[in-house]
Amino acid sequence: MKSAVRDAGLSALVALGLFAPLIGLVTENGDHGLELRGRPLAAAAVVVLVFLGRLLMLTRAAHIAPPVVSGPSPAMVRAGRALAPALLVFALVLPFGGSRYYVDLATLVLTYIMLGWGLNVVVGLAGLLDLGYVAFYAVGAYSYALLAVNFGLGFWSCLPLAGILAAFWGVLLGFPVLRLRGDYLAIVTLAFGEIIRIVLNNWVSLTNGPNGITGIPRPTLFGLRFSMDGGEGTFAGFFNMEPETIQRVIFLYYVILGLALLTNWFTLRLRRTPLGRAWEALREDETACRSLGINVTNTKLTAFAIGAMFGGFAGAFFATRQAFISPESFTFIESATVLAIVVLGGLGSQLGVALAAIVMVGGLELLRAFLSFLADQMGSPIFAGIANELPLYRMLIFGLALVVVMVLRPRGMVSTRTPTVLLVARGQG
Amino acid sequence: MLSVTGLTMRFGGLKAVDDLSFEARAGEITAVIGPNGAGKTTVFNCITGFYRPSEGGIVLTDAEGARFALDRMPGHRIASRAKVARTFQNIRLFAGMTVLENLLVAQHNVLIRASGFTLLAVLGVGRYRAAEAHGLEKARHWLDRIGLIDRADDPAGALPYGAQRRLEIARAMCIDPVLLCLDEPAAGLNPRETDALNALLLAIRADGCTLLLIEHDMGVVMRISDHIVVLDHGKKIADGTPAEVRADPAVIAAYLGEGDEDEEAA
Repeated sequence: MKSAVRDAGLSALVALGLFAPLIGLVTENGDHGLELRGRPLAAAAVVVLVFLGRLLMLTRAAHIAPPVVSGPSPAMVRAGRALAPALLVFALVLPFGGSRYYVDLATLVLTYIMLGWGLNVVVGLAGLLDLGYVAFYAVGAYSYALLAVNFGLGFWSCLPLAGILAAFWGVLLGFPVLRLRGDYLAIVTLAFGEIIRIVLNNWVSLTNGPNGITGIPRPTLFGLRFSMDGGEGTFAGFFNMEPETIQRVIFLYYVILGLALLTNWFTLRLRRTPLGRAWEALREDETACRSLGINVTNTKLTAFAIGAMFGGFAGAFFATRQAFISPESFTFIESATVLAIVVLGGLGSQLGVALAAIVMVGGLELLRAFLSFLADQMGSPIFAGIANELPLYRMLIFGLALVVVMVLRPRGMVSTRTPTVLLVARGQG
Repeated sequence: MLSVTGLTMRFGGLKAVDDLSFEARAGEITAVIGPNGAGKTTVFNCITGFYRPSEGGIVLTDAEGARFALDRMPGHRIASRAKVARTFQNIRLFAGMTVLENLLVAQHNVLIRASGFTLLAVLGVGRYRAAEAHGLEKARHWLDRIGLIDRADDPAGALPYGAQRRLEIARAMCIDPVLLCLDEPAAGLNPRETDALNALLLAIRADGCTLLLIEHDMGVVMRISDHIVVLDHGKKIADGTPAEVRADPAVIAAYLGEGDEDEEAA
């Protein structure tokens, strides 16, 4: 007990060192420029929390036997099997029950799910650590934006083009990094992501530089526009409805849902083809792949190309949804977010990626909304401060969640791997 | 079948293999033996395209008379075109994938052609289904032969060591090789497993496949080899039938006379 208190005290000391400046000090605009204001109560609260938490952990850990590592229980397996259809049904009916805020949030989450699924092909299946995935997202977004603004092409004709162009850049990135593995590959892909962003930032004559591209057209539903005038050729006019913004928001939601489901379907099918198996084999052992006559070069390039293609689709969607893009939207932090989603969800697991995206993107936003709500109710300055600053703590929470999941479940939230083929099912399919 | 002439492999200043020439005749089991660090695995890596020899030629002539210069082919083509398969000293299975998937990955080149380079397989049309069923049948055949049919859907990494060795051989056989190169297949096996391995290798030879074998277990080598090549310090010191090699004074000296504790296998 005594050692536990001492250990907890040490933890509290570390927390004090960390949080005294981070939380305890705030800068404010005063009469004479920036002024420093103390916030001792908030900092003290966090330090006490750390102390108690550490104490609880140590005293409880003494009583609880280490968890027995075993496979998932039958009940868990059943729940897991029901989870994916339940999520799908929820996603399908969501726009009818939710407000615009929730549909917008769900659209954002689905964009990340799609990016996660795309990156899952590269990192999860083929085992190629890609820290520059945002580059393909940017290529897709700028492909659509430039084609639409300069040549007046529509979203649906540009979507495949954006995918193809992104895939092309995927192959282009793939060639120089074919011989690299692990850390070295990660560094080069990281650099690639930055190069694309910096080029977009500086090639002003083409991309309009940091000012970005505005007035990117919205997608149409079989030629019907979603505009507010409600006249001939618009969605509202055709169906004799009052034009409302929510119609377009819901339409965009279903577009990304469709794209994400297409990604999922395609990836699941790919896993069962020889190419998909070769990807997984490549992840397991590249040398053995070569000894079996698998063309490692082509296999890697197809993984890069297909992963990039999905990133390009998502990018085109992002451009059409925002109607404005600038290089600022394609920073390294996006790559890190998507990679964190894939790792947290469980490499190679489609369901895990979806869950991780929901938790990471949706959960964080809901947490922020919840805390602002709490702050409104209580009027407490502690909560208000945290609620306003939560986006700043995003990475802290991100890191913390990753650490917790990695400690509890080292292979991600969903770590079971479904075999692509079973001997017992032979003859049936 | 396989003819190695004047093979030399240098790593910087070190000559791992020095002007080595030997033949592996069709339908026979040829063993390459020698003390640790003699260059056996280097020879294998040259034959299977993992290293490019510094000098010399490696030519494979198959039953139809087609000739392949293995020393000039890219690694994966040696397996897919020249049909040379290999196993590894430290087992290299796809541990996270099931036993069955391991055997299907080995048939990659046949299956991917049938899948219309993936497009047809994704859409679920064309002759891919038939090809996959055929691939599964072949996998099943090999699982039967190595006695792992009950473990087909388990991850390969979960198998006992001896079973993993057998699976690696079966996987190599799934590319329909004309030459199978085995790097210490009996390492770490118990006597019963070694006997099963001998039977398996003799059966593979009976099917018409030529075998090239690196082995330290002299019991295995002497019992099943038709022809033995002995290396020491990268040079060939003997070449002949098991009886001839066993009686060769140079071989005895290499194994007993000179201590080589300071050398480690690559």
